Amino acid sequence: MKKSYEPVVGFEIHIELKTASKMFCGCKNDPFFAAKPNIYTCPVCLGLPGALPVPNKKAIEWTIMLGLALGCKIPLFSKFDRKHYFYPDLPKGYQISQYDQPMAVGGKLSIGKRTIGITRVHLEEDTAKLLHITLEGKKVTLVDFNRSGVPLVEIVSEPDIRTADEAKEFLKKIHQIVRYLEISDADMEKGSMRIEPNISVRAITKKKTLPPYKVEVKNINSFNFVKRAIDYEVTRQTIMLEKGETPVQENRGWNEERQETVSQRGKEEAADYRYFPDPDIPPLRWTKSYIATLAGNLPELPGVKEARFLKTYGLTASDASQLVETKKRADFFEEAAKVAKSAKTGISPKEIANWIINRDVDVVETLPAGLIKRMQEAKTGLDLSSSELEEVVASVLKENAKAASDFKAGKQQALMFLLGAAQRKLKGKAPVPKVLELLKKKAGS
Amino acid sequence: MAAKKFTPQDVSHIAHLANIPVTPEEEKHLAQGFNTTLKVVNELFDVSVKGVEPTHQVTNRENIFREDEVDATRMLPQDVALSQAPKTHNGFFVVDQIREEK
Amino acid sequence: MKALHTLTLVEAIEKLKHKEISHAELYTSVHDAIAKDNAALNVYLSLDNEALAKADKLLDSPLAGVPIAVKDNFLTVGLQTTASSKVLEGYMPQYESTVTTCLARAGGVIVGKTNMDAWAHGSSTETSDFGVTKNPRNTAYLPGGSSGGSAAALAANLCIAALGSETAGSIRQPSAWCGTVGVKPTYGRVSRYGVIAMGSSLDSPGPMGKTVRDCALLLGRIAGSDPYDATTSDKPVIDYSKNLHKGVKGLRIGICYLDHPKLKGSAVDAAVSKAGLVFERLGAKVEKVSLTQELRAGKILTPDFAVGLYTVVQRSEVSSNLARYDGIRYGGGRALFGDEAKRRIMLGTFTLSKGYAEHYYVQAQKVRSLYLKNFADLFSKYDLLISPTSPGYAQLLGVTKDNPLFGELEDLLLEPTSVAGLPGVNVPCGRDPETNLYLGLNIVANYFQEETMLRAAHTFEEATEWNSWTKA
Repeated sequence: MKKSYEPVVGFEIHIELKTASKMFCGCKNDPFFAAKPNIYTCPVCLGLPGALPVPNKKAIEWTIMLGLALGCKIPLFSKFDRKHYFYPDLPKGYQISQYDQPMAVGGKLSIGKRTIGITRVHLEEDTAKLLHITLEGKKVTLVDFNRSGVPLVEIVSEPDIRTADEAKEFLKKIHQIVRYLEISDADMEKGSMRIEPNISVRAITKKKTLPPYKVEVKNINSFNFVKRAIDYEVTRQTIMLEKGETPVQENRGWNEERQETVSQRGKEEAADYRYFPDPDIPPLRWTKSYIATLAGNLPELPGVKEARFLKTYGLTASDASQLVETKKRADFFEEAAKVAKSAKTGISPKEIANWIINRDVDVVETLPAGLIKRMQEAKTGLDLSSSELEEVVASVLKENAKAASDFKAGKQQALMFLLGAAQRKLKGKAPVPKVLELLKKKAGS
Repeated sequence: MAAKKFTPQDVSHIAHLANIPVTPEEEKHLAQGFNTTLKVVNELFDVSVKGVEPTHQVTNRENIFREDEVDATRMLPQDVALSQAPKTHNGFFVVDQIREEK
Repeated sequence: MKALHTLTLVEAIEKLKHKEISHAELYTSVHDAIAKDNAALNVYLSLDNEALAKADKLLDSPLAGVPIAVKDNFLTVGLQTTASSKVLEGYMPQYESTVTTCLARAGGVIVGKTNMDAWAHGSSTETSDFGVTKNPRNTAYLPGGSSGGSAAALAANLCIAALGSETAGSIRQPSAWCGTVGVKPTYGRVSRYGVIAMGSSLDSPGPMGKTVRDCALLLGRIAGSDPYDATTSDKPVIDYSKNLHKGVKGLRIGICYLDHPKLKGSAVDAAVSKAGLVFERLGAKVEKVSLTQELRAGKILTPDFAVGLYTVVQRSEVSSNLARYDGIRYGGGRALFGDEAKRRIMLGTFTLSKGYAEHYYVQAQKVRSLYLKNFADLFSKYDLLISPTSPGYAQLLGVTKDNPLFGELEDLLLEPTSVAGLPGVNVPCGRDPETNLYLGLNIVANYFQEETMLRAAHTFEEATEWNSWTKA
């Protein structure tokens, strides 16, 4: 009998913060839309001799807020450390990051009934962008430092994820929270959100121990590929384990074309980053009241908002969940509900929710008051949905049975009579062609 | 912990970490030099540091930040940023393609 | 009137402002001296041909457009900056250091960039990739380092004042060996932005001059808070020259390290003891501070442990700070590093590496704390601590070959206060008439008390005959 195995998955997620300036210098933070390479650089982010870093206050505050939003504790002392390795996209030969005293630790995120632990959240600087091309017949790499020094938050989760679906849910939740905080666009296509799952597999009988290896998968560029990459990797590892082999601890790259992970060679020894506290940056020390102030500045988070919507507006769970998908949508809904109430329109929050969800209201371009107006007009007949119209027509036919049978018998005037009855029901705002069509259809049957 | 005795292999490993090219003769010579240096350094451990915290900075400063503002005065025009590079192409710095992934 | 290039900073400014001399005359005198002596001494790596033109507009500024020698680790736009290393040969900086910006704003003009130990790795200037600088007092000898070029520029009168930098000795030691004055300010008093980094938690750019008053004037022009350097202090910059004349009456001075086995009975022992008597005669309370091998109240911890700790911390930081020189954005590749640089980078990489960092780097930073504690205690009892700057006179050319710890061992007496970040000044305190070589007195004050140490240094300079400009 085959053993049963379960995936053991954790994530490292990088979020580019959308501050106006970079992490340690005043260069413009806009790498994705920069018109040309190397136009947003300065001695600091270019790693010129003698340059020194000075941390961006807003980036730090946003990192703490993200930590709080993920249920983390915020230690009152933190610092930046240098992480050393050589690569052309790292101008100083070290990355300023955080090692043993990160800004936030020990949080958690609920996805459905499960809780995923958040190990830590820390702040660091992004690297330059590399482009591999062939130039004059030779393989070269082009380097663009517009992105070098952009503030980057790293979220590390505990290996608590057990299925690829959970992984997707988890990522969507992180994405949602980051967007609620308005600290990043978290756009995987633009690179402002990057994810790397750490995947292992273990026998269900070994539930209590961590597997003796983990595989980090890189180069996953969309949420859809996360599921596929995890499924692929879990299958690959399970097959090995069933054979009695232990997968190698390594980095693998997701190959989109071939839909498989591929080993990245040259990673036999664990990196020696030679971390030490950055002597150029004085450490960070917070007071409890400062952290409390930041916590107070957090917007209402999706989970809390959802619960409140359920309670306050009497919505269904599904409606509430869909409304809070984005902060913009949720805020729009509440504003519309407020307008409806104060103008005494008699329009219920449930109706508003229906409209927003089912009629794909553009919450960015429309004004909440505009939606209410439209809803009012619809109530008076102008903009009924097909099913509502059918209902009206059906009741007209029922209430005017003689006219209905007259029309069925061929008397055209009866149709006009029925139309009149429908108009009265719809307060004169009946969409005439549609009503005629329906009358003919229903009366005829 | 026993004092570290450097071998040429140790030197080779460190040179790799430090991205410094060294020849085999240099490895031998450097190993000797390091051992001499370490002898002096090991005198460090004759002094008791029980209960002492390390000092990483002597300024006693904390919480030094800058506001999140673009400082146009420090941003370099593209040509200046590239001006000292041995190889550039269409506004990019150029290196021979790296084979090893991070 | 004496030859113009031998003027001190204060004298030159006064004569210019009183129109006794012109910029053209001053610069001709300096440039003639450079033309005559630079080739043999190898003081300057590069010269600014526009210096006189720049000076002409600066008569009304505080420094009046005088020619200043600047160590080649300060980034200067328009002037090559190399840190005396082949790696940066030909490097034209894309931005200006804060210190040289301040200098320009005050009306100082850079006459040229001076030679140094490559990357500031040394106490001799012999590790320069562009040849050693010779000690102008006696050219068979070394000028010291790493700011050897700047100290020699002063001693040879190839400039009016100079800038250097010190990590642990690099301003004061060459000043001692060349018989000039050099000030290492409190760490964080002067901005490091635009100074090629050696040991980030230690580096202190500072003024070097022919007299104490010259240094006090220059310090006031380059000190201050810098938004581009998070380690600079926001303590206000005072007029360091104002109270120089006030003497040393009532100051409590401790004489240190004379009971160290290396110094007993040496020439520096005699010279510094004599210096103590001078201070006493002038009204200070002077007493010897005994050496201790363990932290003890009122005693000074032996500098021997500082050598090991400094070697580890400095080389660790060096290995990190030199990681950026990969030849992609500027400079040649890492194969161009000289032997000393390679040694230091590699040892520093080792002391930070996995399995060893805890034992070496962290341990070193703990020992550093001991010295901080020690000086906190001593400065509760004393206003100033004095010691020899260097264990002896300048040494012969060639002596640093095959000597992997030459620098750190030479700076033995300066490392304890340097790792603590304290300020210090070197003033000449002795001269051997046969060799024409000098001895230096190191005066150390508490954090940001540069005024007190400069006052004592000036007083000593006036009361003795060692300054070759004021006492010529």
